[in-house]
Parts: sequence; structure tokens; C-alpha cells
Amino acid sequence: MERIRDAFASLGSNRALIPFIVAGDPDYDTSLAIARAILESGADMLEIGFPYSDPLADGPVIQAAALRSLNRGCQLPDCFRLVQDLRKETNKPLIAFTYVNPLMQYGATQFFAELAQAGGDGVIVPDVPLEEAPDLASAAEKQGIAWIPLVAPTSGENRVQAIAQQARGFVYCVSSLGVTGERSAISTQVESLVQAVKRHTNLPACVGFGVSTPDHVREIAGYADGVIVGSAYVRRIGDAASGGGDAIDMVSHFTMSLKDACRA
Amino acid sequence: MSTQNNYAFPDPNGRYGQFGGRYVPETLMSALLQLEQDYLRLRADASFQSELAYYLKQYAGRPTPLYFAERLTEHLGGPKIYLKREDLNHTGAHKINNAIGQGLLALRTGKRRIIAETGAGQHGVASATIAARFGLECTVFMGEEDMRRQALNVFRMRMLGAEVVPAMSGTRTLKDATNEAIRHWVSHVDDTHYVIGSVVGPHPYPQIVRDFQRVIGDETKEQILEQEGRLPDTIVACVGGGSNAMGMFFPFVEDTQVQLVGTEAAGHGIHTEHHAASINKGRPGVLHGAKTMLLQDEYGQVTPAHSISAGLDYPGIGPEHAHFAESGRATYVPVTDKEALSAFYLLSKLEGIIPALESAHAIAYVVREAQRMQKDSIVVICLSGRGDKDVEQVAHMEGGLADGANS
Repeated sequence: MERIRDAFASLGSNRALIPFIVAGDPDYDTSLAIARAILESGADMLEIGFPYSDPLADGPVIQAAALRSLNRGCQLPDCFRLVQDLRKETNKPLIAFTYVNPLMQYGATQFFAELAQAGGDGVIVPDVPLEEAPDLASAAEKQGIAWIPLVAPTSGENRVQAIAQQARGFVYCVSSLGVTGERSAISTQVESLVQAVKRHTNLPACVGFGVSTPDHVREIAGYADGVIVGSAYVRRIGDAASGGGDAIDMVSHFTMSLKDACRA
Repeated sequence: MSTQNNYAFPDPNGRYGQFGGRYVPETLMSALLQLEQDYLRLRADASFQSELAYYLKQYAGRPTPLYFAERLTEHLGGPKIYLKREDLNHTGAHKINNAIGQGLLALRTGKRRIIAETGAGQHGVASATIAARFGLECTVFMGEEDMRRQALNVFRMRMLGAEVVPAMSGTRTLKDATNEAIRHWVSHVDDTHYVIGSVVGPHPYPQIVRDFQRVIGDETKEQILEQEGRLPDTIVACVGGGSNAMGMFFPFVEDTQVQLVGTEAAGHGIHTEHHAASINKGRPGVLHGAKTMLLQDEYGQVTPAHSISAGLDYPGIGPEHAHFAESGRATYVPVTDKEALSAFYLLSKLEGIIPALESAHAIAYVVREAQRMQKDSIVVICLSGRGDKDVEQVAHMEGGLADGANS
């Protein structure tokens, strides 16, 4: 949790770049090398998707990545190992993104204990809304893992307030209706969502879902504390895996261009 | 058995014991809370209820008969067997009960567009039918594999003016069609009502679908009292998600002398990997927004289900069924593809009623257990749908249409 706070504190007037990749996509070693390259190219934190068979908040690009990873046999212990391997090399925050069922099957206490032990800092569970969150959020807190909840354009002021109070680390603002996936434009609605979050917490507010280009990042950097870029990374990794170029090269250049857009 | 008097589930958190709840993306929460509020208001609204009753009677053809299956009874030499004839509903299955209810719900809440998921296609057809009748736009998500198995129903939906979208992910069956419907709903939640077809999904859906299907059990109770002067000893219904079973069981929950039996699809057998027996072989987990019994591997990845019948080919089950199983109020028994197929023929030949392969699972249980049941006991089977949609598939399994089918 401290690493997340410190990372935001050290940004000055810049914004945090938070890329997302799927653990084990397309295989364990490649995903480790990709994560390393992203962090070395200027990302401020990394969100690591734990692959799941039925990712209902995700669009086709991340679904396909989860499938590639699962087909190579990547399971929870491998995801924790990825966090651990990265932690040996970096002080930047590492955030797990997991659906609730794998977490529930592993046992919340054990899940968060192992995540913390591996060097993880936070967790995002897209299918656990406010009402279902209290037990899981407190289990995370006991292990020093930040519970990073999502707010949506449909949440409304009262829910935003309650969610902001439940949040640790930062608040994840969903840019638009729908699942993850690249979009041609970022909805202007999200700025008012970020403002609503800021009325209720001093935690950073970061924007994700659909953020695909340096232009999007520049726009969001005008009002939010950070941006999360997922499908645009995962698509590049998928293209590379099917022979469309070198993944390390592609994600490094992409990271640098996004990082530029995060600078004030 | 625990006592079930004053049964009061779901609780205010949408839970049935440990099961149920709302495990969905935050984007959907406001819509679910609004839906709950709208539904509770309309449920108590006499004009809504009388409109619902009108369409159930004049459009769907209710009440459906409770038919004494005399030749089946004689053949098995066991209990008196009654069939609740949901197959006689308009569109051929119980699914229309819920589709009418939710179609009216969409109208009353100002939604001009509905979406639905479908497995065997019966719920898709029912939704497309209601959309046509009420002038709503309709999109149905159906697994690509099921579109192949149930090509006739795909054609019917398109004739009714619905758009049918193939679900290409995962196992390309009902589970994946439901994922796609939920994903679509997340993007269109402001103008679209999602008509879930079974007692699954996040709260308040399991309750809404149960309430719209309970007409099956309510009628059965009245009809059996009229014909036999007493309640049945056993009620049997097939369970995929479990809407016909819940509709049949729910009015009998507090009548603890009535044994409730759900038949799960055992596919090739529950000792194999090819089945859909979530209660018998699953563990508590989360699927499609609810905590329920779920087929999954050690790390919580959902494992593919299998059943001869597309409508039962589902790795989860409604959360209230999971609760009934845990509390002991109902029991859930596996029935294989083979047993179902043989019951499919048996009922066709003895009673002149071709059942849906789904419903054949319920019949098969009674065929198997009849000798162990008391002769003077009464069994009601929910004949949830007719088998027209399955004739082609069964003919192919028997070696082609030209040979005809002999069993």
C-alpha cells in the first residue's frame, strides 16, 4: 500500500501511467520479459491480469489473452510467481487484477497473504461491487493489500461517495459504459466522474477502459491522476505472439509514447 | 430436513443462505438496484398483475393441463404419474411465462429494447415472440455450438424479427451466450432490459424469474387438489439453470411432506468429465453474477459442461436451488444422456407426447425410480417443453432421418 502512495507522491505534476498485461500471455517467460520492459520504459505501476475462463468485464482482446495464458497452463501460483519475480527487480507498485471466483476458491486470506508475500501492493476485482466488497476489502487490508474499487459513469453521487470511502491506493474510474477494449474516443463524462471521486476522497483517481492512444492519455492527464491502458497493450502482445513483430520492442516504444503524454 | 416454514428468501442482500448476491461490474449496479425497485413496485401493482394474467391466459394459453399419464403409469407399475403440460404453452415451453412477465416489465419501465441469452433456443424464441407482440427490439445471444444443434429455433427467432448473435467464446454454449449478453448489457444498460431466461444471474433476477414461473406450481397445486384431493408425494423437474423446476417447486416450499426432486444432466455419467451436474459435482463459486454451485477446476476456472440437451448444458445452477440442496428442502439427482433419450422415446410411444430432451431427464428419473415408489403415491412431473426442436437432433443420432427411429 505504501508503494502506491509513494509512487503517486513522487510524480510531482506528472500523471501515473499504469499499463495492464495478462500474466502468462502468451507464455510465462515472455510475459515476464514484457512486464520488465514496460516498467523499464517508464511505467509508474503495473496492473497484472490473472487469467480467468469467464472474464465478463473484458472485451474480446483481453478474453483472447486470458485464453492464450490458460492454454499454456498459467494458474494462480504462476501469477504470484510473476509478481515475485518482478518484485526482485523493481520498487514500483504491482497490482493484481482478478475475477472473484479464483480468489474465492483460493481463499481470500490466503490469496492476499500470498500476494503480499510475493510483493504485490493492490488488487482490483471487477465483479465485486460495493455491496459484496466489505469482507474481501478487509481481508485485503489485513495483509496490507490496497483494495482498489471501480466507479462507473452510472454510479451516481451516493455510490461514488461510498466506494471512495472503501477505496485504498486509488480509485479506478471506468471511462464509459461497456467492457474493456480500445475506443476511438474517450467520453467527456469521465471528467465529471473524476471530479465526483475527488469530492469524497483525497486518494488519486485514475481512468481506465478504452484508453488506447497518447492523445487519449494527454486528454485524461488534464484532470485525472493516472491512466490505465490495457487492451492497447494486450493487442500488441497478441499481434506479436502471432508473428506480427517483436513484443518487447512494441511495448517499450508504446510505453515511452504514453509516458510522454503523462508529463505535465 | 430443516424446517421451511415462513420461507423468506431472498434476504435484503439478494441472498439465499450463502448463495446468490450481486457479483457484477459496478456499471450494472445502478440498473440492478433500479430494476429491483421497479419490480417490487410492479409486483404489488394490481394493473400490472391483471395485464400479466391476461397475457398468460389469452396469449400463452394458460392454464396448462395437469394430465394423468395413464399408460405411462401402467407401464411402470409404480406411482400415479401426472404431467404438468408446459409443453402446451405458446412457443412450446415454460419459457414464455417469464418472457411475458419481463416483457411487460420492460414496457412499464420504458425500455424499448430487450436482449436475451438462450441455450436450446426456447427462451430466445419466447423473448423474440414477446418482442414481436409488444413492439420491442430484440437481440438474442446464442452459443455457436447451440445454433448448430438447434438450427430450427434460430430460424424461428429470425422469423419473429429478432437478431441472433452467435457467442463465439469459450465452449460456445449457454454459459458463453450468457457472458456475451451480460457484456452487451454493460454497454447498453441505459436503454436495454436484459431478459434473463432462468433463475440465475445477479439479484433480483433469480427472484423475478421465480415469481414469473411460479404460476406452474400454483396451478399444479390447485389442479392436483381438484383431481386427487391431496398434494402429490413427489414433484420432479429437470434443472439446468432451473427455472421450470423453481416455478414448480416454489409454491410447495412450505409443504414439507412434498418431496422435491430436481434432475441434473449427467451427460455421459458423473464419473466422467462430460456432464452438467453442478449440485452433485460442483463447489460453491461465482458464475454470471451469483454465488452458486459451480463446475470448476481446483483454481476456480469454470469447466465445460456437457449434456445431450442444450438447455441443461450449463456449469452453474440457480442460487436458490443451491440453497435448497444445502438446506435439504430439495434433492438433485443425476440423469444421463442415455436415460433421457430412452425416456424421450418411451413417453412419445406410450402417451403420444414428444417431450423436450430437457424434460425427458425428469421423466427418466421416474422411470428409474418407479419400482421403489409406493403404488398409491402420486408423482407430478413438470413436462417443461415439447420435443419438436429435438426431433432432428435425435434422428441424426439414430443414423439419419431416412432410417427412421426405432428403440
